[in-house]
Amino acid sequence: MSATAPVRHLLGVEDLAPREIVQYLDTAEVFFEVSRRKVRKVPTLRGKTVINLFYEASTRTRTSFEIAGKRLSADVVNISVSTSSVTKGECLLDTVKNLEAMRPDVIVLRHPASGAPNFVTQHTRAGVVNAGDGTHEHPTQALLDAFTVRRAKGRIADLVITIAGDIAHSRVARSDAMLFTALGARVRLCAPRTLLPVGIERYGVEVHDDLPRAVEGADVVMMLRIQRERLTEALIPTTREYSRKFGLNARMLARAKPDAIVMHPGPMNRGVEIDPEVADGPRSVILDQVEAGVAVRMAVLYLLAGEAGQSPLS
Amino acid sequence: MLDAEAIARALRRMAVEIAERNGGAGQVALVGIRRGGVPLAARLQALLKELEGRAVPVGSVDITLYRDDAATALPNPLIGRSEVTFPVEAYTIVLVDDVLYTGRTVRAAMDALLDYGRPRAIQLAALVDRGHRELPIAPDYVGRVLPTAPEERVEVRLVPDAPVDEVLVGRR
Repeated sequence: MSATAPVRHLLGVEDLAPREIVQYLDTAEVFFEVSRRKVRKVPTLRGKTVINLFYEASTRTRTSFEIAGKRLSADVVNISVSTSSVTKGECLLDTVKNLEAMRPDVIVLRHPASGAPNFVTQHTRAGVVNAGDGTHEHPTQALLDAFTVRRAKGRIADLVITIAGDIAHSRVARSDAMLFTALGARVRLCAPRTLLPVGIERYGVEVHDDLPRAVEGADVVMMLRIQRERLTEALIPTTREYSRKFGLNARMLARAKPDAIVMHPGPMNRGVEIDPEVADGPRSVILDQVEAGVAVRMAVLYLLAGEAGQSPLS
Repeated sequence: MLDAEAIARALRRMAVEIAERNGGAGQVALVGIRRGGVPLAARLQALLKELEGRAVPVGSVDITLYRDDAATALPNPLIGRSEVTFPVEAYTIVLVDDVLYTGRTVRAAMDALLDYGRPRAIQLAALVDRGHRELPIAPDYVGRVLPTAPEERVEVRLVPDAPVDEVLVGRR
């Protein structure tokens, strides 16, 4: 099945050229300004429909997409599995076919299966945004992380960016590593050996299993939580043991550059991978990331909704 | 159609009219419509300063997000930034554009401006009014009325983007 005109989707960072990444970031700058106005709304997507289809729990991402759509004047519909026909056994294909019949312009999908957004593109005329698929990708998180770094540091190229935590189960780590590498940063990934995926080096990153070494001289330190819901076996000893070796506290952060910033995509497990003193400290940009999320998602919806919904399914 | 001297004369007269109509420039702010109106707003600010001895606030608006054809014109990869850093409620705002044509740009610019607050009033200044309005919009200050055919193109070129200030009319 193919559409007559190409519909723009955002399925992963892997498909993006550096030029496209910069287009998303530059467009987001405009919407960042809109979000700080007295009237935080523009009429641009009036008459467009955005469906947030979430098969996994989410607070930040779903709210962020909803606010982004509303600030663009789109009509936003939220569907979460706990309240939908999915609990009656409807499969993803049937759900999408039914939603398609209601003519949405953009479908934002979060799904536990890697590749689910790609599958959905085959059955809709809408633009599809991957809001996190399994352990595969989370492209809008990577874009908002890049946006936050660029605002804080003025650039991304040549920065040393350390990402530490549950690398194996983290779609954020994958998308971030690819995006920051594409923009010329030096990315270090750090985790216990049991939480480092095989073949991760092929993304052109440095791999560490020792946090002090990974943090040494870094411009950006990003911490990730342990994804307990995806752990099927005992990959870490105890929470306390993990925290002692892989948690970011003030003493550990002192190894980074004096002006290093601290990031976390949330949700945070305070006292496990990050000490509250650091999370709430002056170098934390964790809430800047959340603010950036709305601007970046406005840019994504803006750039996708324009072409979407106009080409017939054949 | 207009050379540098004619443009300078027109702008000076417009500055005088802005000051006269508003009882001085004390409560006037200028907002250029991107991109052509932005350098003209800066020049009017300089002229008002010569006349009144004080610099009035200047801002800019980009209308991309407010276009009435946004749904079909999208995606426009280049959206300029709007900058309105003064409290609009305190001012009579003069929107500044280079060429006034259908009026659709001005309609969008007014919507954009109103999202920053409620100005005391909005007035409109254009260096060239080429006619062919498609909306009920009229300028308050005009540099020159140029009768044109719809298929003609009016181009305002200004220093430093061009070697000299000039207004040209040509075929598309």
